[in-house]
Amino acid sequence: MSTPSETAFDELALVNRARSGDMRAFSDLVTRYDRKIFRLARHITQSDEDAEDVLQETFLKSFQHLGEFQGNSKFYTWIVRIAVNESLMKLRKRKTDRTVSIDESIDTGEETMVREIAAWDEDPEQRYSREELGEILGKAVDSLRPAFRTVFVLRDIEDLSTEETAAALSLSIPAVKSRLLRARLQLREKLTRFFKRKGDDVFAYL
Amino acid sequence: MHTYKCKWFLEELNEYLDDTADAELRQRIEQHIHECPNCWVVFDSTKKTLAVYKGMEAQNVPADVEQRLLKVLQQKLKPNHDEIR
Ligand SMILES: [Zn+2]
Repeated sequence: MSTPSETAFDELALVNRARSGDMRAFSDLVTRYDRKIFRLARHITQSDEDAEDVLQETFLKSFQHLGEFQGNSKFYTWIVRIAVNESLMKLRKRKTDRTVSIDESIDTGEETMVREIAAWDEDPEQRYSREELGEILGKAVDSLRPAFRTVFVLRDIEDLSTEETAAALSLSIPAVKSRLLRARLQLREKLTRFFKRKGDDVFAYL
Repeated sequence: MHTYKCKWFLEELNEYLDDTADAELRQRIEQHIHECPNCWVVFDSTKKTLAVYKGMEAQNVPADVEQRLLKVLQQKLKPNHDEIR
């Protein structure tokens, strides 16, 4: 088994070979991460078609800008950043009435409020089939605003660290943390209605 | 109802869930959720929220998506010297 630093070293070697025109090395990098990038783009854009465009643009751009890759971050974090930007551009194009930006200033007040409290089942997902569950979870994530959704997808679905997420999104660490908290609390609230224990009352507090 | 304490708890919830709280903070959080049923519910259901997402099966990426990607890259990134010869 290889340690993270071995992987990074091995990857830097691949990047260097790709930079000097070795297309095989570049293909290796592509097939290592294309599924993750596609999934990520699909979560942010909510569209298979847009996600495929984002995927192609991401790897085309990463190849064209390979010279700018510093090697002090992971290659994956670097392409995630490109993929997130491409995905947000797709969203912007689609929703001309509303600016979509992960830099939008976030009103921190209202969104930390907890309005619904109801205890959940011990194994809440048992109540639903795999398809139903996938749909419930997907719709809940989709309903978050992009600034929160993007952070949640990177941190809790793609398992990036707080630091990697901050780097990929050009956000400060406190900003990542506060958005993640709000995303998690909003999801919790949205899911409560599906997963709460039968007969438990839903009531507000705070 | 301990509104002030509950607000404090919410702000620290991530540190607790992500296991980045130090021993003292951890203990203060545990004491609060022990005493406050509402915050226990918020903690428990948020923890379960993360668990269901972690357990969610990665949706499959259609196989033809990768094939099309590699094809596009091959066409657009063809090194120039191939064409000279
Ligand atoms: Zn409380």
